[in-house]
Amino acid sequence: MKNHVQWESSLFELIRRTSVDLPCDIEQGLRRACKTEKKASRARWILETLLENVQKARDKDAPLCQDTGSLIFYFQVPVGFDTNALVSATRLAVARATRLGYLRQNTIDSVSGAACATNVAYGAPTFYFEQCARGTVDVRLLMKGGGCENVGKQYSLPDESLGAGRDLEGVRRCVLDAVISAQGNGCAPGILGVCIGGDRATGYECSKSQFLRKLDDKSSVKILARLEDRLLKESKALEIGPMGLGGNAALLGIKIGSMSRVPASFFVTVSYMCWAFRRRGAVLTVRGGFKKWLY
Amino acid sequence: MALLKPRRLEYPFTQEQVGSLRAGQFVLVSGLVYTARDRIHKFFFEGGKSPVDLKNAALYHCGPVVIRKDSDWVVRAAGPTTSIREEPYLPRIIKDHGVRVIIGKGSMGKVTEGACKAGGCVYLHAVGGAAQVLAEKVVSVKGLYFGEEFGLAEAMWVLELKDFPAIVAIDSKGHNLLRRIKSASLGIGRKLMKSSDPFIP
Ligand code: SF4
Repeated sequence: MKNHVQWESSLFELIRRTSVDLPCDIEQGLRRACKTEKKASRARWILETLLENVQKARDKDAPLCQDTGSLIFYFQVPVGFDTNALVSATRLAVARATRLGYLRQNTIDSVSGAACATNVAYGAPTFYFEQCARGTVDVRLLMKGGGCENVGKQYSLPDESLGAGRDLEGVRRCVLDAVISAQGNGCAPGILGVCIGGDRATGYECSKSQFLRKLDDKSSVKILARLEDRLLKESKALEIGPMGLGGNAALLGIKIGSMSRVPASFFVTVSYMCWAFRRRGAVLTVRGGFKKWLY
Repeated sequence: MALLKPRRLEYPFTQEQVGSLRAGQFVLVSGLVYTARDRIHKFFFEGGKSPVDLKNAALYHCGPVVIRKDSDWVVRAAGPTTSIREEPYLPRIIKDHGVRVIIGKGSMGKVTEGACKAGGCVYLHAVGGAAQVLAEKVVSVKGLYFGEEFGLAEAMWVLELKDFPAIVAIDSKGHNLLRRIKSASLGIGRKLMKSSDPFIP
């Protein structure tokens, strides 16, 4: 690839910024949540601490959270674009960000238990590519922490224990159950990504891709927008609150998407992303030059 | 900052200091604490000797990011890590070493409640992910043990804290704030699910 250096440097900047600078929509979400909690409550104090943390990370150019998570890259490239070269430039950028302390050494060999010094290994980082009929490259990055990844859940409907049938009421019950079982353990207040349908693998893919949506958007499918609204209200009523220590703001948002399914399966998949919602994106030229930020 | 009234806790953490804390209270911790993660817990559980006296001490579930600056260690990021992984080891460690404070994050179960009650110990919940705010509460790094054996993230760092904020999640009577909140939410959830108002398109 020509301009390898420029690609590496743009992608490095994307990683750095994702690690240290919480997106504006999420920060505003935290602020809004803060106002809804009672003065001198634990919940309010926690949200204030999180907001203070956001500012400090930005000022000090240091990671928002010490768990810099797993890195998921979503690329949209022009037709016929050389994605192999993009992978190698991204890997170089990840290794440099690790060397400079924007990423923790966070990649472990699952068989030997050995830590990887660069965060570049089989399956790390993760890539998705899509070809689009336009002349620029869009890249979006999620850095997803382990604590919140561990509280994700997948349901197969019907689910007798929840009284959940194969309809949207069943989906509502699954999501409520996921919020209750997660409590604060995914570093609440988090954001839920939900996928209705798909298979066991694509269900999680689709639920995670919901995190690319802006916090204040609404599903373009009216009925799903209504379900998102209702579930967010119900999550407040559960009184789980930030860090599960009580209050309203167990969640900042719920994003629901759907995929087709086979007649025999009906999965509902819930991914949880913590308050340290590291998601950034940029539009780049085909030479890797920076055009503009997406978030 | 909202006006939550803090209780102050200072090393060494005596029975009187800790015994008067109640689940739900806001505390500011000062003085020495020792970081410990999975490897150290397993090591102590299997009878390994501690290089320091842990009587009336605090274990902090944390894998800090620490860098060397000239001859000093500087903490770059230091938030709590999930504590439930250490639950099986805690009763024995609290009993054998006289540990009086555990600092970490996330729900803990009956085993920790029992261990706190038996050992006059408390479990303090720090703000998960607040790595920068909490790193600033570390005024100095006083020592490092097991760095070579377990790696820097899993090592035992001796940290001096000043006004490190946390919430008492389990007190020395075994009262568990997070359990209370969870069971309340289960009750509310059951009602929401039974509701006469199912979601119909
Ligand atoms: S869940 Fe998120 S905020 Fe909490 S420790 Fe993990 S990465 Fe950090």
